[in-house]
Amino acid sequence: MADGSIGLWTVPLAVLGGAIRVSTPFLFVSLGECITERSGRINLGLEGTLVMGAMSAYGISYLTGSPWLGVLAAGITGALLGALHAGICSLPRVNDIAVGIALMLFGTGLAFYLGKPLIEPTAPRLPAIDFGWWSDVPQVRAALRVNVLFLIGVALAPILYWAFRTTRWGLLIRTAGESSDAARAMGHSVLLIRLRATMVGGFLAGIGGSFLSLFYPGSWNEGLSSGQGITAVALVIFARWDPLLCLWASLAFGGAAALGPALQSVGVTSGYHLFNAAPYILTLAIMIITCSPKRTLTGAPAELSITR
Amino acid sequence: MDFGRISRRHLLQGGAALTLGAAAGLRPAFAAETTIGFIYVGSRDDYGYNQAHAQGAAALKKIPGLKVVEEEKVPETDAVEKTIESMINLDGATLLFPTSFGYYNPHMIKMANKFPKLRFEHCGGLWSDKDPKNAGSYFGYIDEAQYISGIVAGYTSKTGKLGFVAAKPIPQVLRNINAFALGARLANPKATTQVIFTGDWSMPVKEAEATNSLIDQGVDVLTCHVDGPKTMVENAARRGAFVCGYHTNQSPLAPKAYLTGAEWNWEALYPKFVKMIAAGESIPNFYRGGLKEEIVKTSPYGEAVSAEARKHADEVKAKFLSAEGYAIFRGGQVDNKGKTVIAAGTDRGQKDPELEKMDYLVEGVIGATS
Repeated sequence: MADGSIGLWTVPLAVLGGAIRVSTPFLFVSLGECITERSGRINLGLEGTLVMGAMSAYGISYLTGSPWLGVLAAGITGALLGALHAGICSLPRVNDIAVGIALMLFGTGLAFYLGKPLIEPTAPRLPAIDFGWWSDVPQVRAALRVNVLFLIGVALAPILYWAFRTTRWGLLIRTAGESSDAARAMGHSVLLIRLRATMVGGFLAGIGGSFLSLFYPGSWNEGLSSGQGITAVALVIFARWDPLLCLWASLAFGGAAALGPALQSVGVTSGYHLFNAAPYILTLAIMIITCSPKRTLTGAPAELSITR
Repeated sequence: MDFGRISRRHLLQGGAALTLGAAAGLRPAFAAETTIGFIYVGSRDDYGYNQAHAQGAAALKKIPGLKVVEEEKVPETDAVEKTIESMINLDGATLLFPTSFGYYNPHMIKMANKFPKLRFEHCGGLWSDKDPKNAGSYFGYIDEAQYISGIVAGYTSKTGKLGFVAAKPIPQVLRNINAFALGARLANPKATTQVIFTGDWSMPVKEAEATNSLIDQGVDVLTCHVDGPKTMVENAARRGAFVCGYHTNQSPLAPKAYLTGAEWNWEALYPKFVKMIAAGESIPNFYRGGLKEEIVKTSPYGEAVSAEARKHADEVKAKFLSAEGYAIFRGGQVDNKGKTVIAAGTDRGQKDPELEKMDYLVEGVIGATS
């Protein structure tokens, strides 16, 4: 330990650090998608929203010098893309999954186009809060440098859980998702509820993108997302449309993403492709364990086009 | 005639045919007004591989009488053939640089056969006698520059632990890792180089995680071989580690942490090619070189590089530049499993084709190729 190394402790520490560092985009996108899907619509376009959010956050942070304005801009961009999705889906006989795929391509393409001049400059990044002050070990301190967005995400999960169960808005969203006829009978516009739910979902996904470009890995480039948005959408199904489970699933995915590099760094070098695939193996395993041919997915909103 | 019925496609086809006629009939090859086409697989301002080529293209733009056309993010599929054809037919390009490895065979070869009067220069391919004579491949022995980086890294590291974030265990990458590790051992015989493979050329989150894990292990100088070193450089500098760059000069990203780096020197090579063509000489179909041939270079030393390190690195650089050259991979070399990989007494010089098949990590590297 004299040489500053902490040996095998690197692995659990890296998984913990990874859970904190890598999970935030998963968390925001999955919570956002959770709201959208609970209202009875799937927005697959969140991958595009994530990348657009990352690009606009970086651009605004670079132009204004304020990373928080960047976060806000990312949220607004996400909400606008959400409104576009909901707007198109309000038209008769439009498939929300097809629109989502179109918006995924549109969002990433537009972000790459507008983000061209942003690859070189360095924008101000979001600050981190040092939760490792009690430790003398630099590795622990590094792992516990936590961004405020992560804390907001962690707080948001139980708040959403509570809101779905007990508030009027939560009930409306769930009604629209479970039975649009019931919502209509109560005198509410299902399309309006879904529009709002998709916009809020897009807002959160955009903020998830701002974390990628403004905190970790912390710069804008075209490979930034590498499919995290679409993984997070799948996470919602995996988490059974439950915000609290979304939180745990995001943390597990973040930690699993850190596992491959961490194992290589302590000398477990064989089969690193397998460890790099850990998050996906985890998903498959849980899907297989929890699925049953005898019933539909528990917790799935009845109005979703995949369950209907 | 109903003009409403002429589609845009027909207009474009007509335009293309006109330009093709002009290119074939009126435009003599490599006359005063020459158009050169550059094709990149990624974004040309990625602080990496593609930016290095774009800097070479920018050097050509400064030469009067040359026109440069560029296209980015062209996949290594039929798409590159379409790009080449449109550069030839619409822009009148007579010299083409498809810069990515996967463009070579079959795509560029097919185009070179189709346009036998035009010149094609490919980066990284292995030209052989069977390939068309108007095609050529060039590449640099960038491991020489990595060796210099290794020396500087070996002197700068306090822990004697160096880190290497690599994409895939293919020969070119392994050669860079090994050269870096051997250079470091020249400075500090106990130095180790730990390698982490991320699995692909552009995986920012994995690259950041790899950087953090290496630093957690006590590594204090890092380098990389991925398409865009920006993520590694920025994240390592934030953790207080030093970095050696790759592809281009990344010192603007981390001025204090940047020691030196292995860079491509396309801005020296491409004007040389053009001059050779203008003088009526033919470019060798198989063109290779290192520091001496000005195909690769090292970044200027950062402020953290000690006088001792500069002196040693400059001495070795002078050997690379000398007439007799310098062999990084020498007889009796042992890999990190204890097996002798180069027989005693046979030095493998830069042009040795055996080195292009490298599948081992030398002694002093922590990691495995599979």
